[in-house]
Amino acid sequence: MTVIEATPRGQARRPFAVEAPRQGVRGSAERLREVLESRELLIFLAWRDLTVRYKQSAIGVLWAVVQPLLLAGAFTLFFGNLAGLAHGNTSYALATFVALLPWQLVASGVFTASESVVRGQDLVKRVYFPRILIPLAPMAVALVDFCAALAVALIWLVVAGPSFTLAIVWLPAFLLLAVVTATGVGCLLAALNVRFRDVQLAIPLLVQLWLFCTPVAYPSSVVPGPWRTAFAINPMVTAVDGFRAALLGEPHLHLPAVAVSVTVAVVLAVVGVGFFWRTEDTIADVI
Amino acid sequence: MPTSSELAVVATNLGKRYRLGESIRHDTARDWISGVPGRLVRRKMAGRRAIRPELWALREVDFEIERGDVVGVVGRNGAGKSTLLKILTRVTRPTTGSLRGWGRVGSLLEIGTGFHPELTGRENVYLSGAVLGMRRAEIARKFDRIVEFSGIEHMLDTPVKRYSSGMYVRLGFSVAAHLEPDILAIDEVLSVGDAVFQGRSLELVRRLAEDGTTVLLVSHNLGTVTAFCRSGLLLEEGRLTAHGPIGDVVRAYGHSLEAATGRTIVERTDRSGTGRTRLTSIRIDAPGRPAGEIATGEPLTFTFEVSRRARELDCAFSIYDASGNLVADFASSEPSPLDVPFDSEPDSEPGVIVCEFDELLLMPGRYRVDIRLYLLGDLADQVDGAAFFTVGPGAVRGRPVRGEEVYGAVQIPHVWRFGEVAARRSGARLP
Repeated sequence: MTVIEATPRGQARRPFAVEAPRQGVRGSAERLREVLESRELLIFLAWRDLTVRYKQSAIGVLWAVVQPLLLAGAFTLFFGNLAGLAHGNTSYALATFVALLPWQLVASGVFTASESVVRGQDLVKRVYFPRILIPLAPMAVALVDFCAALAVALIWLVVAGPSFTLAIVWLPAFLLLAVVTATGVGCLLAALNVRFRDVQLAIPLLVQLWLFCTPVAYPSSVVPGPWRTAFAINPMVTAVDGFRAALLGEPHLHLPAVAVSVTVAVVLAVVGVGFFWRTEDTIADVI
Repeated sequence: MPTSSELAVVATNLGKRYRLGESIRHDTARDWISGVPGRLVRRKMAGRRAIRPELWALREVDFEIERGDVVGVVGRNGAGKSTLLKILTRVTRPTTGSLRGWGRVGSLLEIGTGFHPELTGRENVYLSGAVLGMRRAEIARKFDRIVEFSGIEHMLDTPVKRYSSGMYVRLGFSVAAHLEPDILAIDEVLSVGDAVFQGRSLELVRRLAEDGTTVLLVSHNLGTVTAFCRSGLLLEEGRLTAHGPIGDVVRAYGHSLEAATGRTIVERTDRSGTGRTRLTSIRIDAPGRPAGEIATGEPLTFTFEVSRRARELDCAFSIYDASGNLVADFASSEPSPLDVPFDSEPDSEPGVIVCEFDELLLMPGRYRVDIRLYLLGDLADQVDGAAFFTVGPGAVRGRPVRGEEVYGAVQIPHVWRFGEVAARRSGARLP
């Protein structure tokens, strides 16, 4: 048996304090700082989820591409061809695939984030780190999948789509909108799931209902003009339309609708992350 | 007063409250909703403030631990030992007060923490190291040492799901050991592993302590605590009642255990287990002798009464000497052909379990009995220090055992033979 070499100690002893949780702005600032300090662990957790998933699957990263392709195919067959929905000048199939980019990111991010804490309870009960990393890691995984699907979309656009316009510079902004929305909802559901396991059962239904309220299978123009702004209470409406506008050049976005979506997304993120932080200290006690 | 550079841990007015309604988890919203009427009614009756049953696992605990000290944390079940370690390792937060410390906290609860069965040993070293709080660069620097220490070089690129449990634990242990914490928290009851592994963790504790690591050790085995620790903390019902040299603390614990026996077994709340059956009384007596008169070499009977008998009920008890060393352990789960099980159908009536010694082979002295009841393999009840008894001088097979100078823990029936040197025989067999 070899002996563990002791590294010199003493100077580097960082002070720490374990106290009753501090709420409010100061508490949130502390927590945020802690999350930023442990970004390396976030990468490790996301890397674990990715590695494990691809070790267990035969076609690996292709899943991230096959899934939206199949969905887009099914939508095109039933809604595009049989029901006759159309997207102006763009092909229905391409418009649907582009819409699925942010939608899949949010749907799979929310789905895996919401069950992540209960799944990772072993870790939560045994070792300390900022708990919010647990629902954030699946979000990072969803982003990797998103990148794979985006690559396919770009190839499709080059081969058969309309030419790129300057509007593409807005793409990161709409991606951010989708990520902020998914983070808020994912954290909220993850924290609720710790207390009520019903959440886990309700999520597939919730995601499905959300899909119907999001213009993925249909163009947002089917919603009558006066209702557009109310429709945009669902931030995914603007995310999806934004992706289409950035990559396909249409539809035109209405500023009030964008403002409503952004506001709702920020509120969701603040409420979701805030609720998670409010409850994270007792997760180990109640899980 | 030691300065902060000499301190490792300082607890100030530390308290942890569990709301009993909360600690029982609601698995579904239905459970929560069905509890609403009850909560509303109680809220109304209590006026504006809702009264919820609460439990202070720790209350007003103040202490300072110096750097490099090895501290044994002792106390009965539910005294708050595990809660203290949970706060130290930041798994949970205190309700009141604070616990301040300097340096990195590690714990051997974390063996294999963060391991994923699908990942290889190499990948898991990185993952587990990161979860325990190491930076990537630090893990990379220590990687070779971690692997060498674990002794699983040949399996490094195999998924850990193919590891034997021994290899799994060795690798996990090696990662945890190389965390090189400034403060190490160990809960012996919770740490997994076989005897060899437990021995190894204690060996690690000893070496880390020599290097100046501050150690907090929770153990039920007072012998271990006495052997390893320099000072001790005694917790009773969430309060710190003794803090000082380990010998004094262990003695204080012994007294507190005995004081508890003033209450009847039924009244005691310092017990753990599911509660599906409870120990209701214990009697230790020598047949045909006045109560309480127990002597080495005499027969002895332990009589346990339980609240509910069942055929799947198992009883186990341990006898500890005055210094807290485990002397002997008895378990009905390991049956002998001479044992007599409950004969009737399992039912919810009280029952009696008797354990008989033909000959008590303990040396004269004071002993403590800890009892555990198992129903279908689950711990149903555990009472530490359920009873105490004093063994007086006696005789084993006619050979006197005196009480004045006691050497060793047990007497073994034996015979001496003195004689001439015979022709060389193989072995030392008695004819």
